[in-house]
Amino acid sequence: MMEPGLYHLLFISAALFFIGVYGFLTRRNLITMLMSIELILNSVNLNFIAFNKYLWPGKMDGLFFTLFIIAIAAAEAAVAIAIIINLYRSHQSIDVENAEELKY
Amino acid sequence: MNEFLTLMKSELLVTAIIFLLLFIKIGKGIKNESLLSLVQALLLVNFIAGFFLNTTGNLFGDMFYTNPLIVFQKNILGLGVYLISLLCADWLKKSEHLPEFFMLLLSALLGMFLMISSGNLLIFYLSLELATIPVAAMANFDLNKKRSSEGAMKMILSSAFSSGILLFGISLLYGASGTISFAEIPAQLDNSPLQVLAFVFLFTAFAFKLSIVPFHLWTADVYEGSPIAVTAFLSVISKGSVAFIFMTTLYKVFQPMQEIWYNMLVMLAVATMVIGNLFALRQQNIKRFLAFSSIAQVGFILVGISSNDNMGITAVVYFILVYIFSNLAAFGVAAVISDQSGRENIDDYRGLYKTNPFLSWVLALALFSLAGIPPTAGFFGKLFLLTAGGSKASYWFITVAALNMVISLYYYLRVVRAVFMEKNEHPVENLKPGLPVKLGLIICAAGIVLIGLLSWIYDYIHSLS
Repeated sequence: MMEPGLYHLLFISAALFFIGVYGFLTRRNLITMLMSIELILNSVNLNFIAFNKYLWPGKMDGLFFTLFIIAIAAAEAAVAIAIIINLYRSHQSIDVENAEELKY
Repeated sequence: MNEFLTLMKSELLVTAIIFLLLFIKIGKGIKNESLLSLVQALLLVNFIAGFFLNTTGNLFGDMFYTNPLIVFQKNILGLGVYLISLLCADWLKKSEHLPEFFMLLLSALLGMFLMISSGNLLIFYLSLELATIPVAAMANFDLNKKRSSEGAMKMILSSAFSSGILLFGISLLYGASGTISFAEIPAQLDNSPLQVLAFVFLFTAFAFKLSIVPFHLWTADVYEGSPIAVTAFLSVISKGSVAFIFMTTLYKVFQPMQEIWYNMLVMLAVATMVIGNLFALRQQNIKRFLAFSSIAQVGFILVGISSNDNMGITAVVYFILVYIFSNLAAFGVAAVISDQSGRENIDDYRGLYKTNPFLSWVLALALFSLAGIPPTAGFFGKLFLLTAGGSKASYWFITVAALNMVISLYYYLRVVRAVFMEKNEHPVENLKPGLPVKLGLIICAAGIVLIGLLSWIYDYIHSLS
């Protein structure tokens, strides 16, 4: 059984990041787009933890950063969901294709 | 303790105003008019306080640092918020949620103050979010309008996405250098591929916030959808603060990577100026028009930033000071007209001079300044930016920038021509803006004329940088 090393973690986090970017760009449902952003933020968390554990074990900056990112992501999701609820009230839909008044 | 109070005075004052508004809100509440005058007076106090007790120093183990130049930048932003509270007074008085609006506005301002002062990537990220999330909530302030919620949705999603990119860059930078402190990063930079990748991610996130082409697509939609007070805040204050910290980051933190970012800046500046100008040519809505014009102006700011010396810092700070006055004057006139007659198209502005001479003159002055026509301050702002950029760049770069000024003349003067020379059967009726609005417009107009003529302002900024 092989111990997971830094490269494994970096590979997972890079994969998560790009899955998040892909989801953000292709999905048309606002909630799913928000979930894709959460994926991106979690890949960043994984990156910080991995670097902190394997490369800079003496410096705790990475760990603290992770805690703050979790808190800010919650705040951001709260505002985003409030906006989406309001959008649903006026458009009766949370599909981005239906919110198309502002163009060019 | 004393040091804490003097170094963080702007932040503490803004926090105090936010808490005061909170207590007013949960208490009995007072009339909109008196609340508005109270907030305006407090903002004025905040602006004046910025001129006293300016020292250099840092707090919280280098996480927060300040010097007279940074205090001056904060003062410029504080002045901008004060002017917005004057110019949009008529709209704000009618709002049902005035305390909330100012709480969000001032939270965003607090975030910008902390962002300019940040000495650490953690504080930088936190304050950037504090400066963005309240603005997205403000963009949705017209709760019943479809456009407002659509604009807010575009704003929060694109800003969340860009902060995700920023964070990924920060995490790679942390992995490659082992520190997140601005003071320690430069010694660790050796242009390894991982660091360059991290830098590109960071640069992209800044480009999103500054709406540099090709990351500008959210800008026009958000500007058009938001209430006009929020649009003014976004286009002037928000953009100015990000430009300040962008400059500091490039000059101080990423100085060892100078060759890399210089080339990126040149390419993006050319793209931003050209595309911003070309799209501004075909706009009909005044807010959308000002959005694309502000994208083009960011291109000129990038020309100044590319100079990488004290002259660049001076030119950018000076230009943003001028830009605040000229853009806010234009938005102020647009706010009066849109608030009282509900019209926002450039065609509706035809024949405005016949019915509203005062508004027409202020609008013309603002647009002349934005286009950079000599007696106004905008000309000197652009001149210093191009001179600063020219000290380093090749001549073709400056030529492209100068040609873009000519293109921009066309669309700014198109509005002036519509206002003064074209006939309209149904012009905007004679509007009566309130006293605060008139005062704000007069301050803006005076600023546009005087800042260009008083040379000691430029010298003062130069002595600080």
